[in-house]
Amino acid sequence: MFATEDVRTTAGSHILDGFQPTYESTVTAKLWRDGAVMLGKLNNDEFAMGSSNETSVFGPTISPWRRKGANTPLVPGGSSGGSAAAVAAGLCLGATGTDTGGSIRQPAAFTGIVGIKPTYGRCSRWGIVAYASSLDQAGPLARTVRDAAILLTSMAGHDPKDTTSVDRPVPNYEAAIGKSIKGMRIGIPKEYRVEGMTGEIDKLWEQGAQWLKAAGAEIVAVSLPHTKYALPAYYIVAPAEASSNLARYDGVRYGLRVGGRDIADMYQNTRARGFGKEVRRRIMIGTYVLSAGYYDAYYLRAQKVRTLIKRDFEQVFAEGVDAILAPATPSAAFGVGEKGSADPIEMYLNDVFTVTVNMAGLPGIAVPGGLSADGLPLGLQLVGRPFDEETLFSLAHVVEQAAGRFSPERWW
Amino acid sequence: MSVDAATVRRIAHLARIAVAEDEVEHLRGELNAILAFVEQLSEVDVEGVEPMTSVIPMAMKKRPDEVTDGGIPDDILKNAPAAQDGFFVVPKVVE
Repeated sequence: MFATEDVRTTAGSHILDGFQPTYESTVTAKLWRDGAVMLGKLNNDEFAMGSSNETSVFGPTISPWRRKGANTPLVPGGSSGGSAAAVAAGLCLGATGTDTGGSIRQPAAFTGIVGIKPTYGRCSRWGIVAYASSLDQAGPLARTVRDAAILLTSMAGHDPKDTTSVDRPVPNYEAAIGKSIKGMRIGIPKEYRVEGMTGEIDKLWEQGAQWLKAAGAEIVAVSLPHTKYALPAYYIVAPAEASSNLARYDGVRYGLRVGGRDIADMYQNTRARGFGKEVRRRIMIGTYVLSAGYYDAYYLRAQKVRTLIKRDFEQVFAEGVDAILAPATPSAAFGVGEKGSADPIEMYLNDVFTVTVNMAGLPGIAVPGGLSADGLPLGLQLVGRPFDEETLFSLAHVVEQAAGRFSPERWW
Repeated sequence: MSVDAATVRRIAHLARIAVAEDEVEHLRGELNAILAFVEQLSEVDVEGVEPMTSVIPMAMKKRPDEVTDGGIPDDILKNAPAAQDGFFVVPKVVE
């Protein structure tokens, strides 16, 4: 997803076949400036559209985790599945990811590592392949909270080349690690207790609250009444923006070209061959909701619902809540091919706890909390006020100290 | 709301994605599943609510209107499937 100079960058899509950027994304340039070394590029869902890394043209990424006593291949989550799998397997110390609806936090939770989506505007989007521009944010995936803090300190910052990047100083996030959380108010949103959530997740959530309480935080019940509308609103806003962003792939300037009778035919053939099924589906939904006569009923309404979702969070923060604690995902990782083949909505439901945060533009961190009965990682999520990533790192570190760290047994 | 086969063909045309006739029915089912899912938004009272247009409230940044880069035609054409004499090459568009 990140343009790397002279190194193939395809967003996991056939339509970007062989694309070698002549420039470097701002976020990766900052990492190299600070001494990071690129070991390689990692797999992801095509154009970051997916929750299992199964939509990549290169095929699925297999998680280094397996269920206890089984060797069924499991997904690492998505869309940043390659990043999560590589970090969890110890192939690298950290990796970059993008998060539009949960694509850093959900794979981090599935693989037992740490992933943070910063506040919208914290990292520059320049040089990152665009999916849904009002939701996309870059962030790190790492084995520890401290490593994630070090990486984000490097990646964040103002960039004149991205008008939505925010001009405010970047704190030294590492300094937030180990800071006392005494007296912090942590909200537990009742609307996140959703149907279909496993008992294990519920228990983990309760355990997380206990750990924070033991460290001096105050646990309070809060309400985010529009939570259930975040996912349907997302599936209007994100495809709408995607249909516009992905209009650039026409076989003229880069990537794949499939010939045709005339130029229009060439466009249509290139896009038919170049885009995978999930991407095509989202472009078509986006095209439909933006088309004449439907714009108000779908897109405009979804943007209004988005205002309400953001307002829910603002009210809770105005009541003195410092951060919100919720599960990162409704279940542990599932098997390759297990979900979404018959009904795309089944796959979309993976992001039910993470997508609200993108809709509101807030920072969210996923941190491992424990293992399922099957021996698979389960993650907790902390959501903060805009630009208060420091509080998230302090809280996540408390969880990490209490829960410990989790590594897959080596079989590869 | 749900879409019929003609609408699926029209959307595909607007999106400039060739769709084979035998794919239309399958696509129609998928699109209708998603449209049925997002339909629950119609129960939200959005009366008087402003649509979100800016995620982080801030004034649009502006810079002086001047050229800040350029002179890199080779870079721009480097990834083109077909290029010639400093131009992108496309199928003939005039008779």
